[in-house]
Amino acid sequence: MFSRAYRTAITLPPLLWVALFLLVPYALLFCYSFWSVSPSQTIVHDWSLDNYRELFRVNVYLQTLFRSMWIAARVTIFSLLLGYPLAYYLSFYAGARKDLFYQLVIIPLWVSYLVRAYAWKTILGSDGVLNTLLQYVHLTKHPLEFLLYSPFAVVLTLTHIYTPFAILPIYASLEHIPRNLVEASHDLGASPLQTFWRVIFPLSIPGVLAGATFAFVLSLGDFLAPLLLGGPSGIMISNIVVSLFGAAYNWPLGAAISLCMLLLVLALLLLTEKLEKKWSFR
Amino acid sequence: MTTVIEPAIARSAKSGVQPLLAIRTIAKSFGKNPVLRDISLQIAEGEFLTILGESGSGKTTLLRIIAGFESADAGEIVMESERLDLLPPYRRRVNTVFQNYALFPHLSVEENVGYGLRVSKLSKDEIAARVSEALAMVKMTPFAKSKPANISGGQQQRIALARALVNRPRLLLLDEPLSALDANLRRQMQVELKSLQREVGISFVFVTHDQEEAMVMSDRIALLRMGELEQVASPREIYSRPATAYTAQFIGHTNLLRGDVRGNVARCNSLSWPVDLPDGPALFSLRPENIRLVTSGVGGADMNLIRFGGKVQNQAFHGATELLQIVCEDGLMVSVRTATREGRQGELHLEFSPADAVPVRESAERG
Amino acid sequence: MSDARSNSRWLPWHALGVFGFLYLPIVTLIVYSFNGPGVGGFPPRNLTLDWYRMLFADDAIWESVLNSLIVAFAAMGISLAFGIPAALALDRANFPGKALFRRLVLLPLILPGIITGLSLLMLFRAADVKLSLVTIVLGHGTALISVATTEVFAGLQKVDRAQEEASLDLGANYWQTFWRITIPNLRLSIIGAALLIFTLSMDEIAVSFFLIGRDNTLPLEIWGRLRRGITPEINAISSIIFVFSLIAIVGWYRLRINAEGKPETPAELVEVAQVL
Repeated sequence: MFSRAYRTAITLPPLLWVALFLLVPYALLFCYSFWSVSPSQTIVHDWSLDNYRELFRVNVYLQTLFRSMWIAARVTIFSLLLGYPLAYYLSFYAGARKDLFYQLVIIPLWVSYLVRAYAWKTILGSDGVLNTLLQYVHLTKHPLEFLLYSPFAVVLTLTHIYTPFAILPIYASLEHIPRNLVEASHDLGASPLQTFWRVIFPLSIPGVLAGATFAFVLSLGDFLAPLLLGGPSGIMISNIVVSLFGAAYNWPLGAAISLCMLLLVLALLLLTEKLEKKWSFR
Repeated sequence: MTTVIEPAIARSAKSGVQPLLAIRTIAKSFGKNPVLRDISLQIAEGEFLTILGESGSGKTTLLRIIAGFESADAGEIVMESERLDLLPPYRRRVNTVFQNYALFPHLSVEENVGYGLRVSKLSKDEIAARVSEALAMVKMTPFAKSKPANISGGQQQRIALARALVNRPRLLLLDEPLSALDANLRRQMQVELKSLQREVGISFVFVTHDQEEAMVMSDRIALLRMGELEQVASPREIYSRPATAYTAQFIGHTNLLRGDVRGNVARCNSLSWPVDLPDGPALFSLRPENIRLVTSGVGGADMNLIRFGGKVQNQAFHGATELLQIVCEDGLMVSVRTATREGRQGELHLEFSPADAVPVRESAERG
Repeated sequence: MSDARSNSRWLPWHALGVFGFLYLPIVTLIVYSFNGPGVGGFPPRNLTLDWYRMLFADDAIWESVLNSLIVAFAAMGISLAFGIPAALALDRANFPGKALFRRLVLLPLILPGIITGLSLLMLFRAADVKLSLVTIVLGHGTALISVATTEVFAGLQKVDRAQEEASLDLGANYWQTFWRITIPNLRLSIIGAALLIFTLSMDEIAVSFFLIGRDNTLPLEIWGRLRRGITPEINAISSIIFVFSLIAIVGWYRLRINAEGKPETPAELVEVAQVL
């Protein structure tokens, strides 16, 4: 139905833009990762695997990467633990207030990330709201130091930020479950708990996978929360990349790390896609 | 027309045997909307009862109350001396075949069928044996490992049936299970369902809006209208002796003749015939097939038959028979069903027997 | 379902707890923007509007707000200008590399923003382009094309193809049909996408971080001050940002509801979950 001219007109401009502003930059990233930086701060196109060797040779990079993955894993687990029951409540129990509650879930999503991270900073500090509150009600005598500038603060803040990301896909997949399946399960003798584990949960797995993927990938690459709240022990892999593009001035090494992150994320997405196909029943 | 499969043994609600299920004065409203008012019904062991009604009549709600997915506002349901309505659905010995089958998409056909058995923790061997028995009964054995998404609608319907029956419930509820099938498959399934019920011997409660379907399959029909029972009787009974105007019109075609009775004579327009009724206004149901064309001449007629004449206004071809719309001189319109014959014209002479003019009650106006 | 309720009485409490977790920090922030002695210190006392007064007198902040607005509108323009045709192309055209294109367009959504940011930085470096608001606009525009594409694509699935066929049948050519029929039908998707893109651009940090020149956007201005130390002025501006985000997202949501009658997950999340 659509003429060739029409199809060209709608395909070509975006294709060109994306090629120029996405494909080329990523290709450049790829190339940079094989180059190096000279002492005089110029980029040398010497095409070697040196940067990658560096990554594995120097402990701090791998350590930070694993710490980042561990933080991301914790964020994911907490987001799912907090988010799944809420999504379940929304889908099966909220009734007339479903609409309102859904809005309440998406509002934090779009409120500025910076605002939310900053909020935790003011709450968790040694002079912050939480500490002074605890002292005020005489639960503690001295400020709790671990609250801020620690991995704890990073995990807490990132969980706060990414839980809504986890809730939405889970909610969507729960909504897709036909209610007569729940009735059928009861009809056949399964109690509500049995029905949940045998019918509802298996059918919600694609949503859980999507939510987990978002939470994990987005927190893995986060650099703001660690900078604001992580302290020296809460540094994550993105912070290293940022400094390599800033003060530490080693673009090629930064590119190499970025490329590794990119590959890691792509591998995760591929894995999730395969798992989702296995668990999707349409 | 339709064929009614005769039960091998006549079933009687008055046989003196304890009914399997007793529904007593059940009422249910959704918000301000009364959906069921004062329903009382008994279901016998091994009977095929159809709850028949238009959409909005409350038939699905009644079924869901028996299954346990809704709770009634008033009344009780008793099965084998136990209050059924106090139990949650997963503890009732009642199973349901859902309208859209509600097969679990993430389980295979045999896992679906065995679901209820697995939940009640039977042994693996017992489950396997009963599942293959159930699959054989609905002729779906080759599809045991398939997923519901990969089998046709008719096949899904059989699996839904097997999944319910394998649990050996005391009562099987079927919520318009054939409505999603095309006409031919539907007719085939009606016959299969009926013989399955005979084979298995448990009571079926079948909900439908299709009166032909109800007549084909049921031992008894419970006609529901706006939340109240109009009539509960066998198909033959409900067809030939409808209790109300609504029943007469809902089940099959009929002519409703409005008239007056005076001195044991009923008068409707220019027609009159002897009746044994008190004086006053009266309503009669006369089935189109009970009005016959006069074959012999005017003389030699059976003096008991009432005769009249009219012109053919419309002729609808129904295959083996046709339905004629006749306009009489005084303006009375009747439908007449006769064997097919092309090109009926002019004045026709018709007759019927007074015994076929069944007196019916007015159907109450319901808000 | 009436019986199920008794088994899970904890569910509503859990839900309440999670909502509390999500909202208390923001509420605390807002409360403390009125706090006399500044941030921290329980309980809040000496309520004052001083911090808001300071905020309104702060020129640098307002300049950055203006910059952010310029960037947001420009980015909106770019994202829509390329995102709408991209959605149409994905829906109606077959071309070599279509699968790659689809994934490529969605990548900035799921990849850490810094990767998109620094790879664009490399591009500008290589092309010898000076960093400025323009480079930020290009960055935001590119990263947010995917938002426009997914929203419009989802909206396209709901458009009645027969309408466009009817238009062609009645004599309109493709261009006319596009402006008279297709775009109006996509009106709600486009507005929804525009709102989202605007909001996301106003808050964007990761990509902007690398592409910034002399002029700050609002988030980066705030960020700079945070590095130097906390002032309650930041609470004030954060509270204002919260109010605006609230308005924007509730507006977006109501738009969606009016169109489809029931709440839906933002198309991006569904799309990414399925396509990638």
